[in-house]
Amino acid sequence: MTRISLTVDGARVSDDVEPRMLLVQYLRERLGKTGTVIGCDTSNCGACTVHLNGSSVKSCNVLAVQADGGEVTTIEGLAQDGQLHPVQEAFRECHGLQCGYCTPGMIMQSVDLLNTNPNPSEQEIRVGLEGNLCRCTGYHNIVKAVQHAAGQGATS
Amino acid sequence: MIPAQFDYMAPTSVEDALAALAEHGDDAKIIAGGQSLLPVLRMRLNAPEMIIDLGRIESLRGIRDDGDAIVIGAMTPHAVVGSDPLVAEHAALISKAVEHLADAQIRHRGTFGGALAHADPAGDLGAPALALGAEFVIQGSGGTRTVAADDFFVDLFETAIGDDEILTEVRVPKHTGWGAHYEKFVRVAHQWPIVAVAATVRADGGTIAEARVGLTNMGSTPLRARATEAALAGQPATEDGVRAAAEQAAEGTNPPSDLNGEADYRRHLARVLTRRAVVAAAGG
Repeated sequence: MTRISLTVDGARVSDDVEPRMLLVQYLRERLGKTGTVIGCDTSNCGACTVHLNGSSVKSCNVLAVQADGGEVTTIEGLAQDGQLHPVQEAFRECHGLQCGYCTPGMIMQSVDLLNTNPNPSEQEIRVGLEGNLCRCTGYHNIVKAVQHAAGQGATS
Repeated sequence: MIPAQFDYMAPTSVEDALAALAEHGDDAKIIAGGQSLLPVLRMRLNAPEMIIDLGRIESLRGIRDDGDAIVIGAMTPHAVVGSDPLVAEHAALISKAVEHLADAQIRHRGTFGGALAHADPAGDLGAPALALGAEFVIQGSGGTRTVAADDFFVDLFETAIGDDEILTEVRVPKHTGWGAHYEKFVRVAHQWPIVAVAATVRADGGTIAEARVGLTNMGSTPLRARATEAALAGQPATEDGVRAAAEQAAEGTNPPSDLNGEADYRRHLARVLTRRAVVAAAGG
């Protein structure tokens, strides 16, 4: 067991974990943060995307021990004071989801994209979301949601 | 999928990491960004007893100007390399290849040195490193040695790094003012290339003065298309000028046959992609 201490969605947490525990397992099974989902489990689909120290990562492809000392933001930490994040609002407004399974990862990656490029072109949005798969193939409205959010000047 | 059990340590200096490697020998595996290793561990294709994480060694991160070369720390993430102005100015071929490497999330975690040390023949950084004549700085308990790109890639997933050594940095000779292009052929977004071509060109008034061409996934290691390079010198920087030289791009290669394509198909791709990459790099 290895002791880790980190900040998750603004709260300090500290736990003994097996070194082999993946960050996504830690978030879901230890902290109960099931808003972050496991999709493919092969680091392809991006459903498990969270932010680690300010950058998007696939949390099924990071060990919990690698996040020791770091700061993690999940989909559950985006809303502030009961107000949805502008990207969350935009996904709702533009119907940027069908079954909703890819949505937590799509939103986390969209927020990362807009943090580095506040006014992306449609092509830049599609390339920026390349690592996130939507098996409903609902990409069109997802891209529209990101454009909508960009119009509102969404950054966090 | 959960990896098999292992012990873990995260040393904060290269010396401590080398000591750990010496102590655990064959049972140990280095983890850099882990973007290739973790899938392997999860699928239990490998089950080391000790994982030594280089992620806490600050001296392995960063990019610096060193006169006639730029030096990229082995643990520098792809995203940092890809947006670095020094790399863009002096080794544009690397910036271009990083743009096409995996996806944004993987580029945040994956590292320049980790990908090169992993030596996947379908990896996107080997061909640019080879084409630019990069030098690999490798540290062991006995000191530091430098290995030329031509000698670094030994075989499939095998490099000149010894079991008791660590890749610390990569020196890339400056190619200031050279045009560059990475032409990658994939069937599925953010995947490994079926074939890719890394080309960098020094053009002189519409004529190709010098060209370097690296091939991805055309053998068990990245390869240089040397016949093409030689034939390009002195040619006009246009599609017609490049065409004949690009026809030699597959010479001396030994591409794999798999579900993505037979060897012959890959040779064809190498010729076509080389023409496109060189023309784009030459600005023609």
